[in-house]
Amino acid sequence: MKLTCKEAARLISEGLDRNLNAAERTKLRLHVAVCKACDRVSKQFEFLRRAARQYPGPGEEREK
Amino acid sequence: MGPPIEPSELEKYRPQLLKFAMLQLRDPTSAEDAVQETLLAAIQSGVDFAGKSSVSTWLVGILKHKVIDTIRRRSRERPLELSPDDQSPEDLEVLFKDDGHFQDPPADWMDPEAALTQRRFFETLERCLEDLPKNAARVFTMREVAGLETDEICKEVGITATNCGVLLYRARLRLRSCLEQRWFGGDAARRK
Repeated sequence: MKLTCKEAARLISEGLDRNLNAAERTKLRLHVAVCKACDRVSKQFEFLRRAARQYPGPGEEREK
Repeated sequence: MGPPIEPSELEKYRPQLLKFAMLQLRDPTSAEDAVQETLLAAIQSGVDFAGKSSVSTWLVGILKHKVIDTIRRRSRERPLELSPDDQSPEDLEVLFKDDGHFQDPPADWMDPEAALTQRRFFETLERCLEDLPKNAARVFTMREVAGLETDEICKEVGITATNCGVLLYRARLRLRSCLEQRWFGGDAARRK
């Protein structure tokens, strides 16, 4: 069964929180390989993680 | 050793720290307490912070631990109450067409890493986090800001892994579109 973008986006999110099983991983890979929208979603979700971990961002440099 | 720490010098970081704590704890009293404990710990550490290039980064580092302590302590006292919306991603259905394709496909964010060096980007992220539904925001900040494992979050707030997954999915999709609108969209182009 092929995934829709809706199903793929949900799996991309789940993949950040648990280990996907082999079937899920394969379906997702096949979808993302041919779907520009979901490839972006995947990168953007990962970026959200990096951004959140760095929040509140660059600290104020001290004046010497 | 440098000069002793002047508590008054740390005070000026209080508003920034409070905002950070508030966003994750969403409760003024717990946020105030966490910040108070942080400033106290900073003073008691006896660290020569004159030598630190960024005092705020150092303080936020301490506060992060205090926030995690507070989350752990309080989740057990106040389990999360799920609303019907929290349990099914129906409000997210509108983002997709009937055939499962995106209504508005995600845009190319070009060079997102560059945003991570900009203070204003994090202010935008903060506003987007504040706009999230309460439970989605709570679970997302526990997962991604505090960096707790999903198992631990579900157990502490007393919800199933599936509900947890829905909340995180909702938070991510909404943050994605919020940042696209407010940062990576037309505004970003105009700022260049």
